[in-house]
Amino acid sequence: MSAIAIAPGALCATVAKVLGDLARSVSVRLGEVTVEVDAANYLAVMQKLRDAPGCQFEQLMDLCGVDYSAYKEIGTDGLRYAVVSHLLSISLNQRVRVRTFCTDDDFPVIPSVTEIWNGAGWFEREAFDLFGILFEGHGDLRRILTDYGFIGHPFRKDFPLSGHVEMAYDAEQRRVVYQPVTIEPREITPRIIREDNYGGLH
Amino acid sequence: MAEIKNYSLNFGPQHPAAHGVLRLVLELDGEVVQRADPHVGLLHRGTEKLAEYKTYVQSLPYMDRLDYVSMMCNEHAYCMAVEKLLDIQVPVRAQYIRVLFSEITRLLNHLMWLGSNGMDLGASTVLMYTFREREELFDMYEAVSGARMHAAYFRPGGVYRDLPETMAQFKPSKLRNAKAMEGLNRNRQGTLLDFIDDFCQRFPKRVDEYEALLTENRIWKQRTVGIGVVTPERALNLGFSGVMLRGSGIAWDLRKKQPYEVYDQMDFDIPVGKEGDCYDRYLVRVAEMRQSVRIMQQCVTWLKANPGSVITENLKVAPPKRESMKEGMEDLIHHFKLFSEGFRVPEGEAYAAVEHPKGEFGIYMVSDGANKPYRLKIRAPGFAHLSAYDELTRGHMIADAVAMIGTMDIVFGEIDR
Repeated sequence: MSAIAIAPGALCATVAKVLGDLARSVSVRLGEVTVEVDAANYLAVMQKLRDAPGCQFEQLMDLCGVDYSAYKEIGTDGLRYAVVSHLLSISLNQRVRVRTFCTDDDFPVIPSVTEIWNGAGWFEREAFDLFGILFEGHGDLRRILTDYGFIGHPFRKDFPLSGHVEMAYDAEQRRVVYQPVTIEPREITPRIIREDNYGGLH
Repeated sequence: MAEIKNYSLNFGPQHPAAHGVLRLVLELDGEVVQRADPHVGLLHRGTEKLAEYKTYVQSLPYMDRLDYVSMMCNEHAYCMAVEKLLDIQVPVRAQYIRVLFSEITRLLNHLMWLGSNGMDLGASTVLMYTFREREELFDMYEAVSGARMHAAYFRPGGVYRDLPETMAQFKPSKLRNAKAMEGLNRNRQGTLLDFIDDFCQRFPKRVDEYEALLTENRIWKQRTVGIGVVTPERALNLGFSGVMLRGSGIAWDLRKKQPYEVYDQMDFDIPVGKEGDCYDRYLVRVAEMRQSVRIMQQCVTWLKANPGSVITENLKVAPPKRESMKEGMEDLIHHFKLFSEGFRVPEGEAYAAVEHPKGEFGIYMVSDGANKPYRLKIRAPGFAHLSAYDELTRGHMIADAVAMIGTMDIVFGEIDR
């Protein structure tokens, strides 16, 4: 087990060599290595990252979905949904991030990595529940965090913060029912992107 | 031939041993668990979505409430992620304070774990003892931030304010007169650091008391030895971290392998188990408590000797002192912009992980250059642990199902977020 963390520059070179053409890009920023992959090569890349000598990422630490449709308020030109995974190698003491975009914005599907790392099951269920990203080959893709009859994928950027329905006690039916939200949307602090060098000397 | 079906049981959301809100659907054959399906999400508060609508400092108190028994460690990961994106340095004194309070938080967590796990498995005395220690740790939190539990003390750039010179004293009341107060107030006459020092000297004996109750106890051993054995390979593949890995023999601790703040200058050991069962994890956590006290003593010694600033001088990130705000124009403008709009974080993404008492707690933050995060993903250690619950509990009995939840140190605040 390596006592000192591998330098990101060296790791970037190793990963780029191992993956070759399979990865779209391998870059370093803020001391972290990020691998961008196409959905078609996703499984092959993840398998290589776990097994290849020099990579040996035995642990999948995190897998999450990201919705880029409101990036910088207007969105990007590229695809909307991405799945970002963070891998950790205990034996070589290194970390890497893998990002892959789902090819279809209206029906996002990505292969599942549960065969490679068994712990990915719940993370993929969460990404499905909150973003609507489907994972092929998962085997047990159902909702995990939202309520049992919940409709919608809450963390998408077009889903409002207060949601569409709220729970309230109905005195006539004498039980708790869902009704449309009565809360008014409000913004306390506006979200704003200032230009560089705003405020003069930095 | 009669058709035999498994008996389905709801180890329901309302259960004293379900550690929060866990709906565990158990399929049983007699008393043996055939399948366990944890239904989580009953405490889902949408923290990650809420954080997208709040500025970076406004969403800091959300982090306290994630794993609500180890508050400052969650804040720590969040602040580290923001500081990584901002590319700012935290002053050394602030780093020592952060390490000190991270270890206090580790003690809080392990004491809570010991108490509630002990009670789940039948040893209710331990709960009373450990909560007595937690009261003193809460007093330390309160002295430094004003709140016993959810401190909101760590801020991006350092900590909110310096350690206080005095400790709150017990006041005489109708039930206790002033003479009784003298005994209670004896260790509160100095600064907070003196109080922590005194605590560190008394605490190892307390840990000996807990060990005397449990470690060689026949009933405890029967309940925990051989239960929930995890081999190192399965632990790695399932995404375990922290004590779940160390109990199985893998010596992985972020404080030693990927040190952050001033952990590389601290002298402490990492306890590692052998068998990977519940008993080994219990021993690892108790040993970690002793190591935490060692780290706390080193931090206290350094902090007593080295004054300094506790938050970054960069006024674009950290607010100026109130005296300068009331006198200087630039400070006033900085104060105004910081508390109305909040600081802006350059475009980029960062993943920061800390050695949380439960495992590796990570925050993945994506920023598009605004004053609010674009995406905040919270990687909770308990989530990965609970996802492996089915595999670990098959073939065990119902009582062991309770032991398993306890040994994974499940707290629903961080699982559901």
